[in-house]
Amino acid sequence: MKVLKFLIPLVVFLGVSIFLFKGLSLNPREVPSPLIDKPAPAFSLPLLHETGSTLSTGDMRGQVWLLNVFASWCGPCLEEHPIIVDFSERGVIPVLGLNYKDNSVNAKRWLERHGDSYSSVVVDLDGRSGLDYGVYGVPESFLIDGDGIIRYKKIGPLSQADIEADILPLIDKYKR
Amino acid sequence: MTPEIGHFAIILAFCMSVLQSLFGLVGYARGYVQWMSSVRRTSYLIFLLTSVGFACLAISFLTNDFSVLNVASNSNSQLPWPYRLAATWGSHEGSLLLWVLMLTGWMAAVARFSRGIPTEMISLILGVMATVAIGFYLFMLLTSNPFDRLLPPAADGRDLNPLLQDPGMVIHPPMLYMGYVGFSVVFAFAIAALISGRLDTTWARWSRPWTTVAWAFLTIGIALGSWWAYYELGWGGWWFWDPVENASFMPWLCGTALMHSLLVTEKRGSFKIWTVLLAIITFSLSLLGTFLVRSGVLTSVHAFATDPERGVFILGFLVVVIGTSLLLFAWRAPKVGLGGKFQTVSRESALLANNVLLVVAAASVLLGTLYPLFLDALGFGKISVGPPYFDAVFFPIMAPAMFLMGVGPLARWKDSPVPDLMQKLKWSFIVAVVSALILPFVMGDWNVLVSIGLLLALWIALASIVNLGTRLKQIRSGRTVTLVSALSSIPRSYYGMLLAHIGVAVFIVGVTLVNGYEVEKDVKMSIGDTVSMGSYTIQLDSLEDLTGPNYEGVEGTLSVYKGERLVEVMYPQKRMYTVQQMPMTEAAIDTGFTRDLYISLGEPLNDGAWVVRVYLKPFVDWIWGGCFLMALGGIFAVSDRRYRKAGSSSAAATSAP
Amino acid sequence: MNLPSILLSLLLFAHSPFLASEEARPLADDPVLEERVKAISYELRCLVCQNQTIADSNAGLAIDLRNQVRDMLKRGMSDTDIREFMVARYGDFVLYNPPVKNTTVLLWLGPLLMLVIAGVLAIRVIRSRSKSSASQDLADSDMNRARAMLSESDEKRS
Repeated sequence: MKVLKFLIPLVVFLGVSIFLFKGLSLNPREVPSPLIDKPAPAFSLPLLHETGSTLSTGDMRGQVWLLNVFASWCGPCLEEHPIIVDFSERGVIPVLGLNYKDNSVNAKRWLERHGDSYSSVVVDLDGRSGLDYGVYGVPESFLIDGDGIIRYKKIGPLSQADIEADILPLIDKYKR
Repeated sequence: MTPEIGHFAIILAFCMSVLQSLFGLVGYARGYVQWMSSVRRTSYLIFLLTSVGFACLAISFLTNDFSVLNVASNSNSQLPWPYRLAATWGSHEGSLLLWVLMLTGWMAAVARFSRGIPTEMISLILGVMATVAIGFYLFMLLTSNPFDRLLPPAADGRDLNPLLQDPGMVIHPPMLYMGYVGFSVVFAFAIAALISGRLDTTWARWSRPWTTVAWAFLTIGIALGSWWAYYELGWGGWWFWDPVENASFMPWLCGTALMHSLLVTEKRGSFKIWTVLLAIITFSLSLLGTFLVRSGVLTSVHAFATDPERGVFILGFLVVVIGTSLLLFAWRAPKVGLGGKFQTVSRESALLANNVLLVVAAASVLLGTLYPLFLDALGFGKISVGPPYFDAVFFPIMAPAMFLMGVGPLARWKDSPVPDLMQKLKWSFIVAVVSALILPFVMGDWNVLVSIGLLLALWIALASIVNLGTRLKQIRSGRTVTLVSALSSIPRSYYGMLLAHIGVAVFIVGVTLVNGYEVEKDVKMSIGDTVSMGSYTIQLDSLEDLTGPNYEGVEGTLSVYKGERLVEVMYPQKRMYTVQQMPMTEAAIDTGFTRDLYISLGEPLNDGAWVVRVYLKPFVDWIWGGCFLMALGGIFAVSDRRYRKAGSSSAAATSAP
Repeated sequence: MNLPSILLSLLLFAHSPFLASEEARPLADDPVLEERVKAISYELRCLVCQNQTIADSNAGLAIDLRNQVRDMLKRGMSDTDIREFMVARYGDFVLYNPPVKNTTVLLWLGPLLMLVIAGVLAIRVIRSRSKSSASQDLADSDMNRARAMLSESDEKRS
C-alpha cells in the first residue's frame, strides 16, 4: 500500500501520455459542424447567370443535393474544382454552387475558365447565408436530403475519396 | 562548408554525450573513479562542440547562405542583421539547437561551479544531464536537422515572420530557454539523490542556488514575452492564456513551489520526498511544454510548423525520461525518512500551504490547457478553453497564496504561536484593509476587484516591512549595533526574499490597476483632429509614407499635450512586410511610472481619415517591473555568502592535497 | 462683452495649440453598444485563426462575426441569444468560456476537487508531524539546525 501511493505520479503521467499520443493523430483545427442532422438554414438568393431571378432552399425540396461553397479568390477551390465538375457531370444529384463573398464578374470568368457544371449557382454577396451555414473555410460542401436536413459536411476541398467513401453511400441512403 | 562543420560538431557532441552518460552512470554503479572524474571535462567539451554548431548556424544566417534550407525558409537578404542573428532561433530546428546549447551550457556551469560536491554525486548529476542531452541531439539529428542543404539554393529567403522581427525576439527566447532548461539541473540533482540515496539537507543546499537561478531566468523570460506581446500586437494585451504561454507558466509555478520546499528541506530536513517529486515535475513540465509547442496537438499563436513524426519522437522521449524518473521515484521514495516535527501553525505549515496552492494552480492551468485535447481524444467533440476560464479558476487559488506571503516569512520554524503572529501583523492588516477600501475612491471609481487586489499588494508589502523591522529589532536587542551594520549583517538571501515578495506586490498593483482603470478610445482621426484622454489631449499632426528595409508603411505623428504644454510626440506605424505580405501594427508607447499612453494606427478610412486606437494604461509597467524585482530577488539570494563560501572552501579543500 | 475681454480671449485662444482642431469622432456611432460588442467578442473564438478571439483578429471571418454581433445587439437580442446563434453554427468550439455540461464538469470542478484533495493531504501531513513524538531522523535534523545556527552566528560575527 505504501509503495502504491508513490506510483500515483507515474500512473497519472502515463494516463496523460496516452491522451497526448491520441492527440497527435487528431487535427485540433478541424471543427465538426453542429449542423449535421439539423435542418439546412433557408436561403433565397439571386442566381449568378440569370440576373433577376432567385433560387431558394424550398426549390430543392424532395431531392438529395450537394451545396458547394466556392469563390474565385479561394486557392483551394481551384484544387477542388475538377472533382466537383466531374461529380456533377455524372448527374447523380444536383450540385448547387454558392458563390461566397465574391465579385460576380470574377466568378463568371473563373467558371468559364475552369468549367461550370453546377446545376445552378447562387450568389451570396455579403456572406450572410454562408454565415448561417457556419462557413469559415472555403471551399465547404454540404449534402442535404429531400427533407432539407444536412447529412454531411466537409470543410476544405472535397477529394475523390470523400465522394466515394462518404457522399455516395449517404446519397443511396437518403435517396428515395 | 560552414553548415557541414556545424553538423559535424553536433554529431560529435552527441557521441560525447553518450560517452558522458555512460561514464557518469556506469562509472558510479561500478565505482570506477577514473570514469566518474572524467565527466567534468567531457561537459566542457560538449558545450564547446555545441557552441561551434550554434555559431556555424548563426554564421550561415548572418552571411545569407540560402543554400541552407533553414536560412532560406526563415531569413531574407533584406532582413537587418540583428534579426538575421535572432532568426537562428526563429525556427523549430534553430530553437532546438538553442535548447541543447543552453542544456550543455548549464552542464558546463554545474561542472565548473559545483566543486564542493563529491565526485560520485557530480558523476551522477552530469550523467543524467548528458542522458537528457542525448535525446535532444537524437531528435535534432534524426528529425530536425538545422543544417540541411537546399538544392538548388534559393535566390533569396522567405523572410522571418514579421511578428518575430523585433528586439524582443533577440532576447526573449534565450532568457526563456535559460529558465526552462535550467530546471534540468535540479532535475538531475533529484535523480542523483534518488539513485544514491543521499537526500539530505546538504543535498538541498546544493540544489537551491541552481533552482533559484533557473527560476530567475524563467521569470525574466516570461516577463519579456509578455512585454513583447504588449507592444507588438497593437492593442496592449499582455497575457492571453495561450497554450504556449501556459507551457512556460506551469514550470514557473512549480519552480516557485520548488524553491520554497527546498528551503524547508534545507533548513528543517522536511518535505524531502515532496521536494524531489516537485523537482521531477517541474522539469517534466518544461519538457511537456516543448512537446506542446512542437507537436501540433494544440492550436496556438506561437506554435512552430509541426509534423506528427516529431511529435511521436518527443512524446517517446518524454515517456522514457519522465516515466523512468517517476518509476525511480516510486522505488526509492518510500525509503526516505521524514524530517523534523512541526506544529500546526509554523513556517513549515505556511510553506506547505503555499506549495499546495501553487501546485494546484499549475495543475489547473494544465487541466484547462489539455482539456480540449482530452475531450477530442474521447470523441466528445471540440471545445475551447480560454481566458474566461483561466481567470475564473486561477485568481481564487492564488489569492490565499498571496495572503500567506504576508504570514509565512514572519512565522517561526517548528512552532509559531498565533497571538505572537497576530501581534506582529495586526497593524499591517489594519492599514492594508483601510487603504484598500479608500484608495479606489481616490482613483475615482470603487470596485471590488481593485479593492481586493490592492489589499493583497499592500498586505504583502507592509508585512515585508514589518518582517525587516522585526529582524532588525532581534539583531539590535541587548547589543549596541548601528542601523547600518545591523542591516549589513542580514544575509543577502533574506533581502532576496523580501525583494521577490515586494516584486509580487508591485506586480499585483500593476495588474489590478490596469484591469480596473484602463481607458480606451477608438476614434476616426483626420489631420488636425484631437482626442482627449484623461488630462491629455492628443493631436494628429501628420501621416507620412515610410519605407523600411523590408517593409513599407505609414507613420503618424501625434503630439501629446497636458493642458497646453507639449509633453511628447509619438510615432505609431502601420507596416506591410513585402515578402510575407503581412500587415503589422507598430504601436507608439509613451512609458511612464504611473501610466502608459499607447497609440496604434488602425485602418485608413475612405475620406483620408484613419482609425486610431488610444489607450491610457495606468501602472501597466508595474507588471513587468514586479517580475524584474522577483528575478532580481532570486539573483540576490543566490549571491548570498553561504553559497559562495561553500564553493570556495571546498575548492581550497580539493587543492590542498 | 467688453473689448479687453475679447482681446484677452483671442490671446488665450491664439495661445492654444488646438485653435482649428476638433475632437475626433468615436469610431462607433454608439460607444455603449460598441462596449457590449467588444465584451461578447472577447469570448468568441475566431475559427480561422490560430488561437485568437474575434475581438483581436482582423481576419475576414472575425470582422463578419463582429458585424453579426453588432447587428444582433441592435435588434435587441441578448448575450445569450448571440451565444446560442454562434454555437448553433460553429459548435461549442466557438466559446472561450466553455458552458458547464456533462462533458465539462471535470473541467470546472477539477481545480476545486484538486484543491480539496491536496488540502486534506496537507492537513493530514501537518497533523501527523505535529503529533509524532519522535521522528526517524530527528537527530539528523537537530544536527543540521545546530549547524545552521552555527553558520548563521558565523556570518553575524564576520
